[in-house]
Amino acid sequence: MPASPMPSATDILRFLPEILLIVAGTLIMVLDPLVKRRSSPLFGHLTLLALIAGIAAAVAGASSPGPAFGGMLMVDGFATFFRVLVMGVGILIVLPSYRFLARQDGETGAFHALLLFSIAGQCLMAAASDLIIIFIGLEISSISSYVLAGFFRDDKRSNEAALKYFLLGSFATAFFLYGVALIYGATGTINLDAVRRSIASPNAADPVMILLAAALMFVGLGFKVSAAPFQMWAPDVYQGAPTPVAAFLSAGPKAAGFAIFLRIFLTAFGPIGAHWEPLVWGASLLSMTVGNFAALTQTNFKRMLAYSSIAHAGYVLVALAARSQVGAAAAMFYLVAYAFMNIGAFAVVSHLSGRGEKYTDIEDFKGLAQKQPLTAAMLTIFLLSLIGVPLTGGFFGKFYIFKAALESHLVWLTVLGLLNSAVAAYYYLRILVMMYMYEPGPAADALEPLSPTLGAALILPALGTLFLGIFPGWVLDFAGRSSELMR
Amino acid sequence: MNLLTLVLFLPLAGFLAALFVPRSSPASSRAWALILSLATLVCSIGLVFYFDRSLSGEQFAVDTTWIRSPEIHFFVSLNGVSLWLVLLTTFLTPICVLISWRNIQNRVKEFYAFLLLLEFGLIGVFLAQDLFLFYVFWEVSLVPMYFLIGIWGHDRRIYAAVKFFLYTMTGSVLMLVAIIYLYLKAGTFSYPKILDLLASGQLGFRPEEQMLLFLAFFVAFAIKVPLFPLHTWLPDAHVEAPSAGSIMLASVMLKMGTYGILHFCLPLFPAAARACSGWIAILAIIGIIYGALVAMVQPNMKKLVAYSSVSHLGFVVLGIFSFTQQGLDGAAYQMLNHGISTGALFALVGLLYERRHSLEIADYGGVATAAPWLSTAFLFATLASIGLPMLNNFVGEYLVLQGTALANFTWTAWAAIGVILSACYMLWMYQRVFYGTPSHDVSKHIVDLNLREWAAVIPLAVMMVWMGVYSQSFLPPIGKTTATVLSQTQINVPFRVELHRPVEVSRAR
Repeated sequence: MPASPMPSATDILRFLPEILLIVAGTLIMVLDPLVKRRSSPLFGHLTLLALIAGIAAAVAGASSPGPAFGGMLMVDGFATFFRVLVMGVGILIVLPSYRFLARQDGETGAFHALLLFSIAGQCLMAAASDLIIIFIGLEISSISSYVLAGFFRDDKRSNEAALKYFLLGSFATAFFLYGVALIYGATGTINLDAVRRSIASPNAADPVMILLAAALMFVGLGFKVSAAPFQMWAPDVYQGAPTPVAAFLSAGPKAAGFAIFLRIFLTAFGPIGAHWEPLVWGASLLSMTVGNFAALTQTNFKRMLAYSSIAHAGYVLVALAARSQVGAAAAMFYLVAYAFMNIGAFAVVSHLSGRGEKYTDIEDFKGLAQKQPLTAAMLTIFLLSLIGVPLTGGFFGKFYIFKAALESHLVWLTVLGLLNSAVAAYYYLRILVMMYMYEPGPAADALEPLSPTLGAALILPALGTLFLGIFPGWVLDFAGRSSELMR
Repeated sequence: MNLLTLVLFLPLAGFLAALFVPRSSPASSRAWALILSLATLVCSIGLVFYFDRSLSGEQFAVDTTWIRSPEIHFFVSLNGVSLWLVLLTTFLTPICVLISWRNIQNRVKEFYAFLLLLEFGLIGVFLAQDLFLFYVFWEVSLVPMYFLIGIWGHDRRIYAAVKFFLYTMTGSVLMLVAIIYLYLKAGTFSYPKILDLLASGQLGFRPEEQMLLFLAFFVAFAIKVPLFPLHTWLPDAHVEAPSAGSIMLASVMLKMGTYGILHFCLPLFPAAARACSGWIAILAIIGIIYGALVAMVQPNMKKLVAYSSVSHLGFVVLGIFSFTQQGLDGAAYQMLNHGISTGALFALVGLLYERRHSLEIADYGGVATAAPWLSTAFLFATLASIGLPMLNNFVGEYLVLQGTALANFTWTAWAAIGVILSACYMLWMYQRVFYGTPSHDVSKHIVDLNLREWAAVIPLAVMMVWMGVYSQSFLPPIGKTTATVLSQTQINVPFRVELHRPVEVSRAR
C-alpha cells in the first residue's frame, strides 16, 4: 500500500521513541560547543532523560499497536519489548560512563550523542517490518557504533578496534544488502509479511534464490550478533573499545541484531525453516564451542567477556534453531538477562580499569573482595548468572532456551550446549578466584571509592539479574505474548 | 507457611541478616550464626515431634506456584528419610559454628554468612518435591561450599574448589537435560504427580529412553556420592576445605547424592536401576575396598578420613542397589551414621590442626599424654567409624550387609573386607597419632578440650551412642519410606518397560 505523503498522528506516536532520541542527540551536538569543559555531567543527564522519555513513549505506543508509515514499521509487542530493552541498555551504559569519561577525560558530548543515535537505530531495527527500514536501522546503529569503538582517538587499541569493526562490519552489511536485493528480485517485495506470503505460496519464486538470500542475510546478521564463524572481530573490538562502549556493543546492537534475526527468520523465512535450521544449528554449536574454549585461555577480562559473548550468542541461536514461538520468547528473555549481567560485569571493569584503562587483566581482580566487598559481591552475582547458577536471570534464560530446544527435539544440541556451559563455568570461576582468594594487587589498591552513579550502575543490573532469577514469570509472560503477536 | 518452611527459610533469613552485621565485629557474626543455627535446630527438632510416624508418605507439604509458565512450584515436604537428613544438617551447623570459632580469623562475617547459606541450600535439597526446585537447591548449595573451600581452605584450596565446582556442575547439567525432558514428557515438574502418572500407566518410558534418563540422573548423583571412579574431586576438596567445610561436605553434601538416588532414581526409573544394579554394586564394592586401601597409606589425617568416606559411601550405594528392605534401611541409616561419625572425625582433626598446624600423621604421636580428653573423644569417633557394636555405624553396616546377602552373597563377602580394612586404617592412624611419647612440639602446643570444644564434641558422642544402642528411635520412619520406595521399584517395573506393548500390559496385570 502506498504511504500517504503526510504522516498521521498515529504514525508519529508509533515513531515517537526514535524521534525523541534523535532530537536529544542533535540537541547535545548543538549544545556541545557551548559547554566549555570536555567532560560535563550535563550531557549524561540529558541522555538519561531522553532514554527515559523514549521508554515512556515506547510503552505509550504499545497501547495502540499497529503498522506505521504504510507498513514500514510494525509497532507490536515484539517491537516494544526490544525498544524498551535497548533503551534500558542505554540507561545502564550511561550510568557508569559518568565516572569513566571524567576519569579518562573523554568528550561527553560526542559520546552521548553517538550513543543516542546508535540506540535510535536499534529501536528502528526492532520496529521495522520492511527490509529497507531494517537496513537503515542497521546502518544508523552500526556507523555510530564504529565511531564509538574508536572513541579514544589517541589510543592505538581503540583505533584498531574501530577500524576492524568498521571494515568487517561494512562487509557484513553488504552481505545483508545482497540478501535483501535477491529477495526483492525473487519476490518483488521487501515487506516481511509479503515476503512470507510469497515464499509460502505454491507458485513461489525460485527457491534457490530465496535460500541464497537467506544464507547471505544469515552471514550479515551472524556478524552483527558475533556468532561463529563470523566472530573474529569481537575479541579485538571488545578489548580495544572503551569499556562502556564494549558493554554497549555486547548488549544493545546484539539485542537489536537478534530482534531482526528473529523477525526475519521466523516470519519471512518461516516457511523454509527446515532449510535454514541446520545452518543455525551448526552456527550455534560452533559459537558456543569456539567462544567457551577460547575464553578459557584469555588473560584479559574484556577479551574473555568478548569470547563469552560469542558463546552466549550461540545459546541464543539455539533458541532460534528451535524455530518455535517458545524459542523466540526464550531468546527474548535471555537477551534481557544477558544485558543485565554483561553490562554489570563491564561496569565493574570500567570501575576497576583506572586512568587510561590500565587494569583490565584478570589478574587485576586480585583481592577486590577485600577492598570493595560490595563491588565484588555484585560482580559475583553477574558471574554466577553468566555461569547459569539458579536464582539468577542467566539460569532461567538458559533453562528456557534449552527447554524450547528439547521441545523441538534438538536433543543433541541441548546436551552439547549444556556441557558447554559447564566448560564456561571454569573461566568465570577464575574471576571469582581472583577476587576472593588472593590478596589485593595494585589494581585493587588503586581503586577509587564507588561513586553514586557507578553504584547505581552496579546495583541496578544486579537487582535485575536476581529479579529475573527469582520472578522470571513477568518478563517471560511479556516475551511470550510479544512473540505470539509477531506472526 | 508451616514449621517446615520455617526450618527451610530461617537459615536464609539468617544469611541475609548476617550480611548486615558490621565487619568490624567478628564476635557478633559468630554469635549471630550460633544463635540462628541453634534456633533452626530447635525448630527442626519440632519437626520430629510433629512428624506422624504412623504414615508412610510425605508430610508437612507446602505447595505454592512459584512460576506460572512453565508451571514450577515451590513444593516442599518431608518423608522418613529426609526428616533425619534435615535434622543432621541442622544438628551439624551449630557444631560447625563452634568448631570454627577460633579457627576462622579472617573474613569472619562472610564465613558465617556462607555457612548459613549452605545450610539453606542443603535443607532445600532434602525437601524439594518439584524437580525444578530440587535442581535449584542442588546448584545453590554448590556456591557457598565453593567459597568456603576457596577462601578459607588450605594451600591448594583454589584447585580443590574449582575442581569441586566443575565436577558437580558437569554432572548436574546432564541432570537438567533429563529434568526438562521429563517435564516435556509428563507436563509437570511435580515429583509426586510424575510418580502418580507412572503408577497409573499414563506415563511410560521406552527401555532405552529410561536407561538414558536414569544415567543422566545417576551420574549427577554418583559424582556427588562419590562413586568410584568419579571420586577424584573428593580427597582434594576434603583436605583443602576448612574444618567446617569438611564436616558439611562429608556429612551432609555427600548425602545429597545418595538421597537423590534413593528418592528420585529408584522410583522414577526402576527397570533401568535394576538393570544397572550389578554394575553399580561392583563399582560400589571397588569403592569400598579401594577407598580403604588408599586410606591406609595416607600420611595426611584429613586425606585418610576423606578416603574412608569413599569407602563408607560405597556401603550406602551397595545397600540401595541390593533392592531389599534391609539394604535400603541400612543405606539410609548409614547416611546418618556416616554424617555423625565422619563429622566428628573431621571436627577432631580440625581441633588437632588448630593446635599443631599440621595434618601430617608423622608430626604427631603421644597426643594421648598431652590431651587425654581430646584423645578419648577421638577414640570414640574412631571406634564408631570402624563399626564397633553399640555405636552407630555398626547398625547401618550390618543392615546393609544383611540386605546385600539376601540379594547376592558374593557382594557381601567382598564388601565385608571393607569393614576389616576400616579397622586397620583407623586404628593404625590412632596408634600413630595418639600413642607413644609426645615430642616437644606436641606437648608444647596440644592442650586439652576447652568448654566450647566440649560443647561441640559431646552432642556428637551422645548421638553415636544413641544411634548405636537404640536405633528404634530413628529406623521406623526410615523403614516406612524405604518400603514405599521399594514397592515403587517392584510394582512399576514390568508395567513401565512393557508400556509400549499394550497387549503385554494386560497380561502382566
